[in-house]
Amino acid sequence: MSSSSPPVGAASAAISASEKVDGFTRKSVRKAQRQKRSQGSSQFRSQGSQAELHPLPQLKDATSNEQQELFCQKLQQCCILFDFMDSVSDLKSKEIKRATLNELVEYVSTNRGVIVESAYSDIVKMISANIFRTLPPSDNPDFDPEEDEPTLEASWPHIQLVYEFFLRFLESPDFQPSIAKRYIDQKFVQQLLELFDSEDPRERDFLKTVLHRIYGKFLGLRAFIRKQINNIFLRFIYETEHFNGVAELLEILGSIINGFALPLKAEHKQFLMKVLIPMHTAKGLALFHAQLAYCVVQFLEKDTTLTEPVIRGLLKFWPKTCSQKEVMFLGEIEEILDVIEPTQFKKIEEPLFKQISKCVSSSHFQVAERALYFWNNEYILSLIEENIDKILPIMFGSLYKISKEHWNPTIVALVYNVLKTLMEMNGKLFDDLTGSYKAERQREKKKELEREELWKKLEELKLKKALEKQNSAYNMHSILSNTSDE
Amino acid sequence: MAGAAGPGTGPGAAGGDGDDSLYPIAVLIDELRNEDVQLRLNSIKKLSTIALALGVERTRTELLPFLTDTIYDEDEVLLALAEQLGNFTGLVGGPDFAHCLLPPLESLATVEETVVRDKAVESLRQISQEHTPIALEAHFVPLVKRLASGDWFTSRTSACGLFSVCYPRASNAVKAEIRQHFRSLCSDDTPMVRRAAASKLGEFAKVLELDSVKSEIVPLFTNLASDEQDSVRLLAVEACVSIAQLLSQEDLEALVMPTLRQAAEDKSWRVRYMVADKFSELQKAVGPKITLNDLIPAFQNLLKDCEAEVRAAAAHKVKELCENLPPEGRETIIMNQILPFIKELVSDTNQHVKSALASVIMGLSTILGKENTIEHLLPLFLAQLKDECPEVRLNIISNLDCVNEVIGIRQLSQSLLPAIVELAEDAKWRVRLAIIEYMPLLAGQLGVQFFDEKLNSLCMAWLVDHVYAIREAATNNLMKLVKKFGTEWAQNTIVPKVLVMASDPNYLHRMTTLFCINALSEACGQEITTKQMLPIVLKMAGDQVANVRFNVAKSLQKIGPILDTDALQEEVKPVLQKLGQDEDVDVKYFAQEALSVLALA
Repeated sequence: MSSSSPPVGAASAAISASEKVDGFTRKSVRKAQRQKRSQGSSQFRSQGSQAELHPLPQLKDATSNEQQELFCQKLQQCCILFDFMDSVSDLKSKEIKRATLNELVEYVSTNRGVIVESAYSDIVKMISANIFRTLPPSDNPDFDPEEDEPTLEASWPHIQLVYEFFLRFLESPDFQPSIAKRYIDQKFVQQLLELFDSEDPRERDFLKTVLHRIYGKFLGLRAFIRKQINNIFLRFIYETEHFNGVAELLEILGSIINGFALPLKAEHKQFLMKVLIPMHTAKGLALFHAQLAYCVVQFLEKDTTLTEPVIRGLLKFWPKTCSQKEVMFLGEIEEILDVIEPTQFKKIEEPLFKQISKCVSSSHFQVAERALYFWNNEYILSLIEENIDKILPIMFGSLYKISKEHWNPTIVALVYNVLKTLMEMNGKLFDDLTGSYKAERQREKKKELEREELWKKLEELKLKKALEKQNSAYNMHSILSNTSDE
Repeated sequence: MAGAAGPGTGPGAAGGDGDDSLYPIAVLIDELRNEDVQLRLNSIKKLSTIALALGVERTRTELLPFLTDTIYDEDEVLLALAEQLGNFTGLVGGPDFAHCLLPPLESLATVEETVVRDKAVESLRQISQEHTPIALEAHFVPLVKRLASGDWFTSRTSACGLFSVCYPRASNAVKAEIRQHFRSLCSDDTPMVRRAAASKLGEFAKVLELDSVKSEIVPLFTNLASDEQDSVRLLAVEACVSIAQLLSQEDLEALVMPTLRQAAEDKSWRVRYMVADKFSELQKAVGPKITLNDLIPAFQNLLKDCEAEVRAAAAHKVKELCENLPPEGRETIIMNQILPFIKELVSDTNQHVKSALASVIMGLSTILGKENTIEHLLPLFLAQLKDECPEVRLNIISNLDCVNEVIGIRQLSQSLLPAIVELAEDAKWRVRLAIIEYMPLLAGQLGVQFFDEKLNSLCMAWLVDHVYAIREAATNNLMKLVKKFGTEWAQNTIVPKVLVMASDPNYLHRMTTLFCINALSEACGQEITTKQMLPIVLKMAGDQVANVRFNVAKSLQKIGPILDTDALQEEVKPVLQKLGQDEDVDVKYFAQEALSVLALA
């Protein structure tokens, strides 16, 4: 599908000569040019110029009879959008809308009984008109959220107030989900979820709270919301590798998972194994790893029998070249080990410690160091001690080797401590392993040779067959030519 | 060996003795269980060797079931497996047994990882062609149906790619079923599946009967093109190209155009981008009449779209669009309906838009002819040559040959020069590199006199650039110029300047002299090389910097073949011998290498 989706970001659209232009400008230089960038919505810019707004009377000055009517008029007035990319146009109208929005926020949060049934339609219409928009293309296709400044939403002065109004509306004691569900439906939620791709972190923060409230109040939408998040994540993992709001959605999921009833439904387990675990493969894992690990641990705290598949899943996706991600994986493993049950530990100790043994001997000292820190964790130590007969043989080879070979003195020092701890746990086994270390290495070498030998034989067999085939063809040929000679 | 009966193995295949025939599968099983992924990967990559050793029957009865059962591995291993199986038909006994390969591929087509899945589908498509029509209905079609009704989205996505390969050879009843399955995937709950279906819609339409295209594909197309997700809608645009090719003009107008018009004005820029990106294909598919009535107005809108992304994609298509217009009336259409919009784009706010336009705009001159080019296009070229963005200027310069054919480059030379000079001194070395690469072309078109007056000094200045890549390119550039202007020109203008640098205080510049000699000697010929270059090279053998000395050795090796025997024996050999005794190991190494290559040792 890659060939068919348009590239994200302006640069990719016109490459021919830009390829030749220096790709190595320092990030700091680029950053300086990019700071304080802002974007308007893609949808808006296609519209023509706006009608001018005229201030309406204040709500607090109106009689209670007129108030409701005025409230709706103000909501309608706020449906009109302004172009914030053009900072000089419609200044007066923009200010009127800002003041009106402020007034609306105040009105719904300080007064009781103002959210009447007839107002819901106008309220949701106003919110939709303002926040639902096609997000513009990213200015910077290689946006690095750790390094670059995000592009901010130009119309924030208005949108912020709309979000604030939306929240006060949802949180109002007068708010009735049974009425609101006519307007806040699946389509509404779908559009809301798409906004999580916004580059503006302030907007995503508001969206997070909004979605959380909606999930809490609209029971009928819960399954739908989970499914849509599921789809967003799958697209993120397998199709685009790009979605700005992953961390925020995971944060909401963290608390959703917390509330799952036991026993866990198959749907939820599938989400864990088929979505959350593969998510660890994403390029930008660093941006949401904390939230992701939290979700995973939440699942394990709910149902300990998931420990084995989860750890096996993580081992399957263990980073091969990215040390930074490896450190994150080790962190997550430690979080899991912190809550693991001893019976579950026994099930995965072998594959897990084989991986840890590889990490310990990583030439990247941060990876080695992170893995060795496991031995500072009292609970993990107790698990290791309980299973020392299994774990020591797995770990011994690497530890012994690094203690002699690692380039980094800190790692060597840490390894000595770990070896000492392990020796204290089972001195006899330790001595045996030390004694057989050399023999073990030699056996490995021999096995290696045997393997090569086997493949060679197999190759010969293949050649022999090919030759036979050729010969038989040749024989046929000579038989034929013989016949014709006769 | 039991497989001897299979076709293609030949009578000799039974020759393997008992022990030999047993171990391959044992090796494989052992290797597939190895802890090291790399070893597992190696053994999978040699799967064909194992199959060949096993013979066709045991491959079918032992190897394939084993592989089907052990699909649990790392994606990398699975990818290799999926790829191998696509070429396995011969190894299982030919087309009659091709269906044996389906079970493992079916499992691979359901895994999560897209790369593996896509490869499995590719292999399945390959194998489908090797099935007999009966085997296709007995084995392949049921597999497609199973995938199409799988629980998890991955199997349904994979199914989308398999419909078009089995449809043409299926019976009518089965065809109806296949269409039914495809229909339901087009309205699947999961957007991933709808995207997969949309991306295969065009391909599927091509193998359908025209009636079914009209009655079934068109409604599916219309639905997908108005999907709630823009990622689905944009794929429908792609399908539109294939569908449009199948329909008559009236059907097109009635069935497809309303949707296409809507796509060109979609609220999502991604969809509009797709329309712009596929514009030439769409234009060809709908034919000249609809192009004039519908596409040109749509194109005008895309050229002034609110998103730069869309404008740039449309700008890229300007030349192709104009080229593909019917010759009759083309000029008028371009002048009245396209050019006004292009003029606007020349001063667009976005550099990518301007640079996209600059990369194609020169192509319009051949279409519009000399007079129009001078009157209407030339001012645009000149404006773009003065653009603040170097890419825009570069794109114009890199396409100068198009204009040269029509009006000659002289028209431009007054504006060209400042643009070239500025690019030649651009702060970004990649810009400088790009302009160097156009020098030989410019030199050819502007002529030797203009070149000597205006550009020669630039070419010499690049030789002392502080970036190596520029110095290197400048050296090659000189060689190309000599080929163009001849040895006499070289001797008068280039060689003296290059040789002066041999006594430059900066050793990098001294080395540049050597590099230039390496590049120029062949083009300049024996006389200039022997008389002018060789003495300088030999003199540099005494340089105090070792890098210069070993480059002397390399240069001598390079120019040696051009020199006559006397010069080699009397001048080159003693110097190389001396360098062969140098205190620096590298100098020694290269001197000895040169001696042996030149057969002087």
